[in-house]
Formats: sequence, structure tokens, C-alpha cells
Amino acid sequence: MARGLFAESGADLELVGVRKEFPGFTAVEQLDLTIAAGTFFALLGPSGCGKTTTLRLVAGLEEPTAGRILIGGADVTDTKPFRRPVNTVFQSYALFPHMSVLENVAFGLRRRGIGDPLGKAHTALQLVELDHLAERKPAQLSGGQQQRVALARAVVNRPALLLLDEPLGALDLKLRRQMQLELKNIQTEVGLTFVHVTHDQEEAMTMADTVAVMNKGRIEQIGAPEELYELPRTSFVANFLGQSNLFAGEVVESGDATIGVQAAGRRILVPTERAQRRSGSVTVGVRPEKLLLLTEEPAATAGINVLGPGRVTDVSFSGVSTQYLVEVPGVGTIIVFAQNLVFGPVVERGAEVWVSWRVEHGFGLSDAPVSSIAQAHEALVGGAEA
Amino acid sequence: MSGNTQAGLVLGQEIGAEELAPAPVRRRAYGFSAGKWLLPVYCTLALAFLLVPIVYTIVFSFNDSVKTNIAWRGFTLDNWLNVCSEPGVCEAFGNSLLIGVTSTTIATVLGTMIALALVRYRFRFRAATNLLLFLPMATPEVVIGAGLAAQFLSAGIAKGLGTIIVAHAMFCLSFVVVTVKARVASLDPALEDAGRDLYGSSSQVFWRITFPLLLPGILAAALLSFSLSFDDFIITYFNSGSVNTFPTFIYTAATRGIPAEANVIASAVFLLAIAIVLIGQLSAQARRKRLAR
Repeated sequence: MARGLFAESGADLELVGVRKEFPGFTAVEQLDLTIAAGTFFALLGPSGCGKTTTLRLVAGLEEPTAGRILIGGADVTDTKPFRRPVNTVFQSYALFPHMSVLENVAFGLRRRGIGDPLGKAHTALQLVELDHLAERKPAQLSGGQQQRVALARAVVNRPALLLLDEPLGALDLKLRRQMQLELKNIQTEVGLTFVHVTHDQEEAMTMADTVAVMNKGRIEQIGAPEELYELPRTSFVANFLGQSNLFAGEVVESGDATIGVQAAGRRILVPTERAQRRSGSVTVGVRPEKLLLLTEEPAATAGINVLGPGRVTDVSFSGVSTQYLVEVPGVGTIIVFAQNLVFGPVVERGAEVWVSWRVEHGFGLSDAPVSSIAQAHEALVGGAEA
Repeated sequence: MSGNTQAGLVLGQEIGAEELAPAPVRRRAYGFSAGKWLLPVYCTLALAFLLVPIVYTIVFSFNDSVKTNIAWRGFTLDNWLNVCSEPGVCEAFGNSLLIGVTSTTIATVLGTMIALALVRYRFRFRAATNLLLFLPMATPEVVIGAGLAAQFLSAGIAKGLGTIIVAHAMFCLSFVVVTVKARVASLDPALEDAGRDLYGSSSQVFWRITFPLLLPGILAAALLSFSLSFDDFIITYFNSGSVNTFPTFIYTAATRGIPAEANVIASAVFLLAIAIVLIGQLSAQARRKRLAR
């Protein structure tokens, strides 16, 4: 980037066939991704899925084994990190311990020879409401304050692209919520492109315009948070983003509007447009909060799926809602979230119940069902234990 | 020589351990208790054992001596006022300073670079380099001294200031690498990443981030290296030729009586070192108080 000049505005980021191998393992398998200028983009995935490596590739701190990286249309694959219009907020904040807060924030401005670095640093510190602590050393600040200094230090440079590497991970829940809102405000205010890496699905969904779910060095699905949640395409997404009840079975009828899947002696209907596969063995699912718990068998109604009878094996109260685990023979454990519209749980452990949901709430996954049964079971059991 | 320093360190650690150990088992003692008296007596004796030679040296720097400085003949300030009147004392001291500063500079610069390379990069013979660096510390000084002397002889290099500086830089290097390596290992690599990310070129990142953060380790290594060089006797003796350093001067002078001027210089060095340590401690304390507010 030219000396003494700020980026005009946020820029597009484009990854074309990016692959990164380390000795002994491949961190990023194959990545094709376009992030539009001015958006808040979240890369969501479990630890070790390659999301931090992706961020380091964009910042130029790692070199890709294959593929190209373009920022604002310009190929920066071979550009040194200090010449890229990109700044990073590191997971550990990486504030320079031997410099004052003010000097930390002014560091990037000074390196690029931008006029009045201290004045601009003060303005950036005012943005994160820490100007009164400008003369302190980073070690004298709390975790939340350090995080805000790290943010100011990156934002003050007006990068075309701001990368956030799990910057909220070390904060406690209340502070994290507050910082999420502040980050979102700052992004709207300065209009930069934010790429946020996190393993916290709630954080990704509250903050981002677009979320990409990453697993084992690949992107599983990209979309708006609502879209990813309501219509997951793979069992990994269905289970990583919130919880899901998944059922494997054979497609026995395939119509224009719905497909019918035979599972546990019952027929489950899923809208055809919400199913990734329409024949053979498939996995279908539904979110726990879409389920209705019934104490007597309902009459067959068009547009309603019913499973049961089953036994309630666990009831756990969590304030807003209650989580029921229902053991249905032949199907396994089903999770049901029920809003606490009346005081306390509505059924006791051991009660005989049926679950039902509207056909349009179901979804069909694209994965091979065998693996998804194992994963779904694991997720259900794991979810119950957690 | 470094043997003195090491012995001092070992004793210091023993005293430290003895002082610390009884604290958790402190009980109220009724009547006579051996434990109550044993520790203070032991500590006093150990401290006296350490301090008597130093006190002796300082006291006898004020002795109105003639030829030998063994019997007390009366108090005088002459030795302190005319330190350089005794031939050889100041020259030897100057040589020691010159050798100490030069070899420390060489060892610190080289050692810091080696330490950075060993921690930061994976390369062939890295493990071997690590091992080789420990050898000069583990090898008896007599062996190193004799080995170097033999090498200088066969290479036809005349012994003098140059050979002493080379020898000192060589054995100081290991200590510098070990000291600085610990500091490099504790440095968060994300800090340098952040420097590069914030538009710092490689040299800017090194001088503005890496170097200032390593500086305490580098300074400690340099001080250690200087003190090792300053009081080295064995290796110096093998490689000095006709040049005298302060330790070799005292060694040769001891046969006909050490001049009181040598006591003056030794006392001055000791008092200076103590003063530096005290100033460091006091300023650290003041800084802590300022931070606590």
C-alpha cells in the first residue's frame, strides 16, 4: 500500500483454490471464497479446522501452497504482510508490552509515515473509550481493555480488510456480549470489511452478515445465519450450528412437494425443495425447538410428522426453555426444546409421549447417511452429557 | 576465573534454601529449642565465611604497607590516592577492562544471533549446535586453556591481547546463548506477527519490537559475560604471553607480596558492583510503588 495514504473503503476479498500444507498435515484443503466489500463475514468452525490458518494466509503471515489471494481485485499472494492493506486483531491481542497504549496504536501509522500519528491514535482510542488510559502500559489494563486497544490499533490504520482471530475468546460471557455489540457498531461506523474467525456459533450468528462453516480444511456451507440454521445442508452444519434431531431412512415416495422417508416404522415427510437428496438412503432432520411434545397420540393430520410413542428420559430446566430427551424405540434419543410458557416442566421423567412437527420445518441433508447416524448419535449423546 | 563465581552462586543457593525450608514448619517453641538457635548461628557463620576475605581485602587496602601487605602497619589513604604508583597494577587492570569489554561485545552479538536462530528456525545440525554450545561450559578450563594455547602455537599466532580476547569470546559465547535463548523462547511470536501486520519491515520489527523485548536478557548475558572474562585466570594464563590481566598480575605478585594498590582496585570493583546492584534494587522498588498507586 502506498505510504501516507489510507484505504478509500473496505475491499473485496477473494480466495481462489487456496491450499495450505504444513509438514505432516494439510490445514486448508481447498478454499474458494469471495467476501464482498463492507460485509461482516464470520469463519466458524471447531479448533483445528483451518480457520486461523486461512486468516494468516490472508494477512500474509503464511504463504499458501497453492492458489491465489486477491484483495480489492489485486493479487497479493506474493506480497509481504507489511505491504498488504490488511490488519489483524490477534487472539492473544499481541500488544507490544514495552510501549504505552498510545504508542501501540500509533505504531502502524508511524511505519507508514502518516501525518499526526498521535492525534489519530487518540481519536481511535476515543472510539473504543480508552483515551484516558493512553499513557498506560498494556500490562496495566484488564483483558477487555487490552482487547479494545488491539482493536483500536488495527482500526486506526483504516485497512481495506480487518481480520479478527477469535479476539473475544479470552473474555467472560458478559464482557463478550458487550464487545460483540461494540464490534458490530464499529464495523457499521467505519464501513470496513471484517473477517471474523470464531468457534462460538452464537457469536458468529449475532455478529456476521454471512457465515461460512469450516470443517477439516474445507467450507461446508456459506450463507446468512438464518439460512444456515434453518436449512443446513450437511450433518456437520446441522450439529455444529445449534442442535439437530437427525433420522436416517430410505426414500419411499418422491413427489413435487414432499418426499417421504421411512424411518422407525413411520413415514417422515420433508419438503422436496429443502432436501439435498431425493432418492435412496437419506438423512432428514428437524431442530429441537420446532418439536411439539404430546401426551397422547395425535390423529393423523396432513402436514404434520409424528414420532412415538417414546419415554421421557431426562428433563432439564434452563430458564427460558426446558430441554426434554425422549427415547423413541428404533429412532434413538430425540431432543425437544419447549418454551416455558407455564411454570416448570409440563411432563415428568418416564412419561409416555409423542413428538410432532410441521412438515415444512424438516430438512434433508446431502451426507451419506451411515456417517451421519454415527455423528448424530455422538452429537445427541454428547449434547445430553454437556 | 569463573570457578569463584560459581562457588559463590552455589553457596548462595544453599543459604537461600536453608532460609526458606523451615518456614512452613514454624511452631511456637516453649523453653529451649535447638532449631530456634541453629539456623541463625548457621547463617551467621556462613555469611562470615563468605565475607571475611572481602573485608580483609578492603581493610588491607588502607594498610601503610612496604613491599608486602601481610602485616598491619597503620592506616593510610595513600594507596587509594595513588593507585597507579605501583608499576603494573593499573596496566593489568586496563588490560582486563579492554579484554572484558571487547570479548563481551563479540560474544553478546554472536550469541544473540545464535540464540535467535536456535529458537526460531529448524535447520540441519540444530541439535548438534545446541550440544556443542554446552561443551565449553562442561569442559574443565585447564583443558580449554591448554587446547587453545596448543592451537595458537601450531597456527603460529603470537600470544597477547588478541589471543586472550579470542579465548574469552569463545567461552563467554556459550553463556550468552543459554541466557538469551531463555528470553527468546519466552517471547510471544504473535508480537512479531503483529509488527509485520502493522506495516513494519523485517528490520523495523527487529529493532522496534524483538530487540527491545530481548534487551533485558541481552544485558544480563553481557554482564555475566563481562564478569566471567574479568576474573578468568586459567584460560587467560595459558594464552596471555607477556600480557598481564588483573588476575594474572595478582597471581604473579602473590609470590613476592601483593601490593596494597591491588587491594584498592579489587575493593573498588567490589564496591562499584554492590552500588550498581543497590541502585537497581531501589529503582525497581520505586517503580513498583509507582505502579501500585
